[in-house]
Amino acid sequence: METTLVKSNFKSEEYFINMGPQHPATHGVLRLLLTIDGEIIKKVEPDLGYIHRSIEKMCERDSYQQIVHLTDRMDYLSSHINNEAVCLTVENALQLELPDRVKVIRTILSELTRIASHCLWWGVMGMDVGALTTYFYGFRDREMINDIFEETCGARLTMNYNIPGGLMFDIHPNFVQRTKDFIAHFKTKLPEYDTLLTGNVIFQKRTKGVGVLSKEDAISFGASGPVGRGSGYSCDVRKHHPYSAYDRVTFNEALKTEGDTFARYQVRIQEMWEAMSIIEQLIDNIPEGEHKVATNAVIKLPKGEYYQKVETARGELGVYIISTGTKNPYRLKFRSPGFSNLSLLNHIAVGGKIGDLVASMATLDLVIPDIDR
Amino acid sequence: MNISLNITETIQEWLIGFMPEGVASILGMSIVALIYLAIFAVAGLYLVLLERKVAAWFQLRIGPNRVGYWGLFQTMADALKLVSKELTGTVKADKFLYNLAPYFVIISSLMALAVFPFTKEFQAFDINIGIFFLIAISSVGVIGILLAGWSSNNKFALIGAMRSGVQTISYELSIGLSLLTMVLLTGSLQLSEIVETQKEGWLILQGHVPAVIAFMIYMIAGTAETNRAPFDMVEAESELGAGFHTEYSGMKFAYFFLAEFINMFIIAAIATTVFFGAWLSPFGITESIPWLGVFWFLGKTLMLVFLMMWFRWTFPRLRVDQLLTLEWKYLLPINLVNIVIMAIIVWLNLTIKF
Repeated sequence: METTLVKSNFKSEEYFINMGPQHPATHGVLRLLLTIDGEIIKKVEPDLGYIHRSIEKMCERDSYQQIVHLTDRMDYLSSHINNEAVCLTVENALQLELPDRVKVIRTILSELTRIASHCLWWGVMGMDVGALTTYFYGFRDREMINDIFEETCGARLTMNYNIPGGLMFDIHPNFVQRTKDFIAHFKTKLPEYDTLLTGNVIFQKRTKGVGVLSKEDAISFGASGPVGRGSGYSCDVRKHHPYSAYDRVTFNEALKTEGDTFARYQVRIQEMWEAMSIIEQLIDNIPEGEHKVATNAVIKLPKGEYYQKVETARGELGVYIISTGTKNPYRLKFRSPGFSNLSLLNHIAVGGKIGDLVASMATLDLVIPDIDR
Repeated sequence: MNISLNITETIQEWLIGFMPEGVASILGMSIVALIYLAIFAVAGLYLVLLERKVAAWFQLRIGPNRVGYWGLFQTMADALKLVSKELTGTVKADKFLYNLAPYFVIISSLMALAVFPFTKEFQAFDINIGIFFLIAISSVGVIGILLAGWSSNNKFALIGAMRSGVQTISYELSIGLSLLTMVLLTGSLQLSEIVETQKEGWLILQGHVPAVIAFMIYMIAGTAETNRAPFDMVEAESELGAGFHTEYSGMKFAYFFLAEFINMFIIAAIATTVFFGAWLSPFGITESIPWLGVFWFLGKTLMLVFLMMWFRWTFPRLRVDQLLTLEWKYLLPINLVNIVIMAIIVWLNLTIKF
């Protein structure tokens, strides 16, 4: 719905309002400095740093095995994928050849993580546009995945299952069956998501044409993940630079060209279906073999610079390591998807209403610790 | 069973025995007011419990079940907690208006209850402009909300209050016009007479097509009038935190909270009275037992309350401009046409009577 400007003799004044750091829509400690005219947003300025923990600096202190644990605390909803990113970088640097079993299990767990993350996003998305019930439906299904994780990794959120050289321990005997049960369950429940929210007229009115991001802007702002793909920017790392077992599965990259909030929403729903199909292709034939290869107790990377990117639930996570040949990295930089995605918030929110800002922010799917690190 | 259910008169007649007539009538009214206050404060608390239970059923949860059997004392405990809480406020708030605001809201809600015919003759005040009184009183509440937002010295509260003002003023038109549509059918504003005419069939059946349209518009506008989802722009929590009552605590907050639930009851009770025959039982099955009318009245009202809760727990929230578009571009024109259709139907005597 376009905004029509009414010229009148009324004098309107812009005013400033603080949204956050404690505000329900910012999903954590993000502070938005809003300049608004009535309900219309003139400027959005994110203010970061409320949960900055110097993770990158801490990485310079720690050994490579320890760094993996820190990454859990970045994007806590994709903790497994974050772990995988660091492990892959280290493994590439050491030129380790991983067993197939490790690759397949990592891929399955990554996709389960993606579903879990999107379930939570879907629930919160509904809540942000005012449908409170979605939250519980999203969590119902996410709980099942968390239970699978708990059994196999020993943790529900910060999993720490990957180590440089493989997996910390082998999968639990129940893992395959429970994952299959979950897929069967979720196939019946995902259409429910559409019935409850996607098809709702009010929801479509709230999201269609709201927060439009063009493909060019998506590229120039460095958008990745569902945000970029919602604008028609094919940026799926799994497809373009396959890692782990993604080269042996077939899946479609969810792409929409509209670039609005609804497109980003649809991309994520589509990704859940794709993730299920990836898991189904792999779950029945997990290769036998070792769950890790032996590495030195103290890992020293050869002198040089290493980069590896993975697709987390939010987009492209890059790990850039500069090593001087010691047991710690000289410098470690994370390229987090949330930071780049947040940078375009001002671009898509200006001119909209406060409600539009909340709806578009929901589809950026921000995790604040990922932005601040 | 031959007890007089007209409580105001009964009490006054009894009091006249000991005191002058003027004092008796004032005292009688006060007693009735206190009875209503007590009943509906408790009823409001149980509506809160019902809402929490309904929300739980929609959301795959159990809901409150710790305080008392089935959580029956949960909201009582909550109320006690709210009474014992400190009343906080912002430093530069306009203290007088800030303290006044909750009373506007709660008083307007409670006043509207006086005219409902809970059963035959069980009505505190049967005034001849009943419908008009209801519409007038229900629009007083918005003053309280505007004052609360204005005086809190909080920008989020102010945005919430302004949204509320614009919303309530718009949707009152629809409420008024849809009720007027039904008044055309009955030819009276007095609630007891409106019920009398429904002995020939509930008005929603008598007026068939335009009555059903009027009912739907009424329910939409009524939900908006009470500031409940999907029209809860006023306290859109993901946008404004708590909206106009952000800065209120303790019992003052409780007044707003209670008023919301009593308002919901009122909206449903008006719909029951005007569309579904108030205390009349279907096919007159319990006509010989007048006090059973309370059961029918509350039953119908609670069905409509449940409908409004159903809205709240399934629909997302509209945006503020969409809300106004819905009212001014859709509901209002439909309503105006609907009134004309109803007038023609009444004029040509096309109503259905049993």
